[in-house]
Amino acid sequence: MILSEAANPGLFFNLVPWIVFFPVIGLLINLIFGRRMSEKAIGTVASLASGLAFVVSVLLAYSLSAVQGHAQTVYLAEWIHIGTLQLDWTFRVDTLSAVMMLVVSGVGTLIHIYAIGYMHEDVRFKNDVGRFRRFFVFLNLFIAMMMILVSGDSYLMLFVGWEGVGLCSFLLIGFWYDMDTLARPSTANADAGKKAFIANRVGDFGFLLAIFTTFWAFGSLQFDTVFSQVEHAPAAVITAITLFMLIGVAGKSAQVPLYVWLPDAMAGPTPVSALIHAATMVTAGVYLVARSAPLYSAVHGAQYIVAMVGAVTALFAATIAVGQYDIKKVLAYSTISQLGFMVAAVGMGAFVAGMFHLVTHAFFKALLFLSAGSIILGMERGHHHLAHGHGEHDGDEEVFDPGDMRNMGNLRKRMPVTFWLYMVGTLALAGIFPFAGFWSKDEILLDAKLHFPGVYTLLAIAAFLTAFYMGRQIWMVFFGQERTEVAEHAEESPPVMTVPLMVLAALSLLGGALNLPGVYTLTRWLEHTIEGAEAGEFSFMVAGVSTALALLAIFISWLLYGRKPLAAGQPDPLKKMLGPIFTGMENKWFVDEGYKAVFIDRYNDLAYFLAQTLDWKFWHDWLHEQVIFRAFKGLTRFLADPVDLGFIDAIANGLANKTKQASASLRRIQNGFVRSYALSVLLGVVTILGYLLFK
Amino acid sequence: MVPVSYYLTLSAVLFTIGALGVLIRRNALIIFMSVELMLNAANVAFVAFASVYEVLSGQIFVFFVMTVAAAEVAVGLALIVAIFRTKHSIDVDQLNNLKG
Repeated sequence: MILSEAANPGLFFNLVPWIVFFPVIGLLINLIFGRRMSEKAIGTVASLASGLAFVVSVLLAYSLSAVQGHAQTVYLAEWIHIGTLQLDWTFRVDTLSAVMMLVVSGVGTLIHIYAIGYMHEDVRFKNDVGRFRRFFVFLNLFIAMMMILVSGDSYLMLFVGWEGVGLCSFLLIGFWYDMDTLARPSTANADAGKKAFIANRVGDFGFLLAIFTTFWAFGSLQFDTVFSQVEHAPAAVITAITLFMLIGVAGKSAQVPLYVWLPDAMAGPTPVSALIHAATMVTAGVYLVARSAPLYSAVHGAQYIVAMVGAVTALFAATIAVGQYDIKKVLAYSTISQLGFMVAAVGMGAFVAGMFHLVTHAFFKALLFLSAGSIILGMERGHHHLAHGHGEHDGDEEVFDPGDMRNMGNLRKRMPVTFWLYMVGTLALAGIFPFAGFWSKDEILLDAKLHFPGVYTLLAIAAFLTAFYMGRQIWMVFFGQERTEVAEHAEESPPVMTVPLMVLAALSLLGGALNLPGVYTLTRWLEHTIEGAEAGEFSFMVAGVSTALALLAIFISWLLYGRKPLAAGQPDPLKKMLGPIFTGMENKWFVDEGYKAVFIDRYNDLAYFLAQTLDWKFWHDWLHEQVIFRAFKGLTRFLADPVDLGFIDAIANGLANKTKQASASLRRIQNGFVRSYALSVLLGVVTILGYLLFK
Repeated sequence: MVPVSYYLTLSAVLFTIGALGVLIRRNALIIFMSVELMLNAANVAFVAFASVYEVLSGQIFVFFVMTVAAAEVAVGLALIVAIFRTKHSIDVDQLNNLKG
């Protein structure tokens, strides 16, 4: 079948469907046989499925380099052929999709392995071992969908993957759907999943409009066909497409104003936060813009809007991250902020810089999230240890939040491995030389400085805040003294969790080598796909400024949180200094409340009105009860009384009565006496004879 | 030579007696006998007309009637015996089960 049709002997392009098939096979195995398999077997199957997809991705990248990066399409099956619309299940292997495949399957595999250890404990802390298998089924489904997203050859196939990952995101955010993040019975997690899904619906609506407009304007959804016609299309149409697409990007990649779902998405298990809500799925929007580079390059107005949206998001989310106490919430807002960097980059036309940051961010943010998961589990273990040490006193004790940084402190003593891993991730995110984040972020800042000074200012402040909130986190979590008893008993995580982290840490450290100034491997690689991808000159000015800003931010964070460590119960020192501003940061600038007041409450009012007034009062009470019911009742009464009883029954009863009367009189003749019959016979004979005689 | 009207008168009288007997009497045997009487009244009339018109078929018909009467007696008497056995009576006024 697919293997035997190899067009280029020695190359592996025809293997590309297997990047989807392997995860699907993995999930089917776990779905069908998982009930009887041990946790280790389930985890191995899932990780293997993802790992094989990674192997295929590597082979594809190798094949691609062998053909000098020329895009290849692999036809799998016919899909939709209606009139001029010709859509097939066609995979596209080019340098851009290959990068995404490698990131998704590579980071995905590491997170799968990590999740074996993480979920093993998580399902036990939450007392539902049966969900272990479900988790890996969802995770494999996610990999498959993400692969469809990045390897599709048309917008519609991309959209299939786009929706598929949205579904997986929903399923995994609400994975512990019957409890909140602290395992209390509640619908909080399910609500978070719903929120993500609905916010994404808004974005997907925009994306769909973009697809429809594309089809209307170009008569096709296939990438090459669309891009080849861009020159002839009116600018207004392309602007419309790109801006509609931006709504989709804002939804999926958590940009202003649709970002609100991502912080809540942290309700999902930490590997999910790392894989879906940091490393891969949320970067789909960035990929989409990079994929549509010819469209965006054609309209500068749209580019500017995209860049501004990204930059505003980067700064806005960074300010919120400063005021958060939950270790994962800080990372969530950091992710939004970094996604803002990427969107700003691809918006500015710096597609390579955006993709570069996407890749390095996938490494270090996955590392940070997974380390945070390790910390949370470490705290859980400490909590568990204490609960058993002090005897069981469930119920009346206050619920302990293992993710709250105010409960931590001095964890580097108890969890040294995690500490060092976290440090690597932090330095990479803060953009300290020579970590990966330094190179990728500088490329974005450089581009911004050259072409969009306004964007540069916003991003530079965001970068400063990034270093600050990461410094704050480090000082609060790992230094100072333990603020709770639990932190004193925190335990290090097992190797199944720390080893994948080490790999990610190595990647975070060395990821910058992908696109070192002067060599520009990634730029050379991507310019086969993205026309006009140019490598900016490395500027010591920009790099120096951003490094100085980052170091300054870390120094300030040390002044505030490191020098005089936070004591238990002490409020954040920033609270005194910034006052209401910090309250705003702490409460996410009341955006959720604003949305609630502006959209959700209005929507509820509308729904209430529709339900109460329109449906119940008008539709049910008036139309159904009064009009239809009354009229029908009247009609039936008329049909029943005058028509049925009065007329039809009268005929039937009258006939019966007449028959009865007739028979009553006739029965008197039939008296049973033979002699009277004989008399009748005689009379009859006499009558007949008389008639015959006298006629 | 006795005129034929005498025979016919006898026949009519016999028939009337038979008919009245059937209509009036309650005893099944008597009714039966009255029926025989009417049959024989008819026979008398047949024979009288046969001798007047000198046609033999009238006399032949009498034989048929007598044969039928004999058969009727056999069946009728059997019926009466059967009725008597079940009802212990041959009063026809008590045999009125078949009334409307």
